Amino acid sequence: MAHSIEQDIRGFIVEALLFGRDTDNLGRADSLLTRGIIDSTGVLELVSFVEREYDILVDDAELVPANFDSIERLAAYVERKRSQAPDEAVEEIVSRVA
Amino acid sequence: MCGIAGLVCLGHETAKAGMLQRMLGMLRHRGPDGQGIYLDDAVGLGHVRLSIIDLEGGSQPMSSADGALTITFNGEIFNYVELREELARKGHVFTTKSDTEVILHCYQEKGERCVEDFNGQWAFAIWDAPKRKLFLSRDRLGVRPLFYARTSQRFVFASEIKAILGDPSVGRAIDLRGLDQLLTFWSVLAPRTIFQGVSELPPGHSMVLQDGALRIAPYWQLDLSGPDESMTADQATDLLSECLYDAVRIRLRSDVPVGAWLSGGLDSSIVTSMIKRITRGSLRTFSLGFDDAEYDESSHQRAMIRHLEVDNSGLGCHAHDIGSAFPQVIWHTEQPVVRTAPVPMFLLSRLVRDKTFKVVLTGEGADEMLGGYDLFKEAKIRRFCGAHPDSKFRSKLLRRLYPYMPGLQAQPDDYLKAFFRVGPEDLASPFFSHLPRWDLTSRLKLFYSDEVRAELQGYDATEDLRAQLPGSFSGWDPFCQAQYLESRYLLPGYLLSSQGDRVGMANGIEARHPFLDHRLVALAARIPPRLKMRVLNEKYILKRVARGLVPESIRNRHKQPYRAPDVASFYDSKRKQARFGYVDRMLSSDNVAAAGLFHPEAVQRLANKSKRGGVIGVKDGMALVAILSTQLTVSQFIHRLGGPEHGALD
Repeated sequence: MAHSIEQDIRGFIVEALLFGRDTDNLGRADSLLTRGIIDSTGVLELVSFVEREYDILVDDAELVPANFDSIERLAAYVERKRSQAPDEAVEEIVSRVA
Repeated sequence: MCGIAGLVCLGHETAKAGMLQRMLGMLRHRGPDGQGIYLDDAVGLGHVRLSIIDLEGGSQPMSSADGALTITFNGEIFNYVELREELARKGHVFTTKSDTEVILHCYQEKGERCVEDFNGQWAFAIWDAPKRKLFLSRDRLGVRPLFYARTSQRFVFASEIKAILGDPSVGRAIDLRGLDQLLTFWSVLAPRTIFQGVSELPPGHSMVLQDGALRIAPYWQLDLSGPDESMTADQATDLLSECLYDAVRIRLRSDVPVGAWLSGGLDSSIVTSMIKRITRGSLRTFSLGFDDAEYDESSHQRAMIRHLEVDNSGLGCHAHDIGSAFPQVIWHTEQPVVRTAPVPMFLLSRLVRDKTFKVVLTGEGADEMLGGYDLFKEAKIRRFCGAHPDSKFRSKLLRRLYPYMPGLQAQPDDYLKAFFRVGPEDLASPFFSHLPRWDLTSRLKLFYSDEVRAELQGYDATEDLRAQLPGSFSGWDPFCQAQYLESRYLLPGYLLSSQGDRVGMANGIEARHPFLDHRLVALAARIPPRLKMRVLNEKYILKRVARGLVPESIRNRHKQPYRAPDVASFYDSKRKQARFGYVDRMLSSDNVAAAGLFHPEAVQRLANKSKRGGVIGVKDGMALVAILSTQLTVSQFIHRLGGPEHGALD
């Protein structure tokens, strides 16, 4: 499962953020910030992608480089979010809407 | 305001009227009121005229009474009245009331050093027949343009590059280093241009062609090396107030009505208010509004209109209008752009022309000279954060920088901190203030084709810039360094050209900039940085000058830089398609491959992403505008020579 999420995330980064260029040496642990792959609004593109693709809700407090700054970290974060009990996720959404 | 062109044959040819006519044909928009040609054996000078001063007597090219000197001149010498009186006292006899004739007499009196006496905005060429010498000069800050090329057959010059490219002996090709500079600094470093073999006379320089040899030298340099730390806020306020008032006063000299831009910001509001005080009559102002609230300043414009009781003509600008006029604007900018902001200025100039005005005063230059840009503030905060990288409190200041950018406001603290990260090596860089902008813009090079990458291998645009800096630059106050980089490069290379002269003159509109009066520039250089930006309060001294001139709501408002929609101008996100056929054609794989500058598949991916809509970052918006405008530049200047009205996009 983790491998597939990583592939999807990598695919999105290659397609939408790198436009197919300079992808050969993009390592799974590479910092997206340091490599200049995301600009000052680019992280919102990543958020939008994972929320749409994996039906999760990214909490503001979770929007930190520790979760989003590499393919590996982002895949692990998505995994964690998806493994949350469904009730837990629903409660989280309801509390935010309320 | 006008257009000039000329040539000097370097072999045994004589200058032909036909070639000058062709060159002037490319400049017709700059001078719809008349045309003139002067021929002298191997030399030809041409002029298209927009009549503003001495409507009857100011025809050009103009020769001295003895026929020895002939001038073709684009611009205004605002202190020509005083210079004329001085020269008359020395025995000079004038036959017209024009500033053009004053230049000729000044040259007779002082030779090449005559330009030191001029207060104005100019580009001119004087043919000194007895000495067989061509003298060319451009104003200090680069308000008026002057380009040239030299081939084995001749030397040609003109107000715009398109007139030079009309000479078949000048080849037509993109200069890759010029492109690389533009995709770093937003402008090309003069004398280089985006076209191989075509050069720009840098601001503040004069040039002589004599006996086949070309000599170029500065007659003035922007000197920000020594602010006067003993100057008080009261002194600075009084001096600036007096200087600005006079700069506005002499810029009202005209034989046609003068109007004013009214952006709703502090700078144009002060200028407009001063005009009203000087003229005490009616004043026509022109303003720009956007249907997208992110860019719109209409409410502030209305406050000024009410306050000054001016007669305002406003233009409402939609994203669709920008995309529609974009190809025509690139025909006039004559170089790619990374922002769409020149387009609304082009549309506003058209409105001014339709209202039969030819001259407007603007607030351009205040941000550079008096410390208004967010970039200056950003540098100050980054330096403050860099001194204590672990401080959580200091990095929160970053959020205060750009309240008008919702995308940036949505950033979590950790990301903001990371984007504006300051490394120890950055703190020592003379380019410290500009590193984030240049780094961001340089990301667009991701789209270069493999061939361009290979060609530019090892080239570093910042090294070319470093080589141009004054010797003592590294020892300057960091605020002054930032001011210099903005004033010396972005101002002439983008703001006064792509977003200034070129889009104004496309519609025969002359803009005059009181804040770029060289007396004011010299004064501003003396005002210490701590007074220009007091803590994080930008243009502190100018705000003091503004007391009583503009409403408090304008004086105290947060500065909003002039920007315009980018991706939305070219793509309809609801229909998920390009708004205009030319966008698809210019970005098609075939067209991109034919131009050879960018990677066709990468551009396709960018186009598809733009079509889909959704979240699109600043970098991608800039990439789209830069690539599209580069493709339009190639289409209109390389593959053939002609704008949209000449079928270049068919």
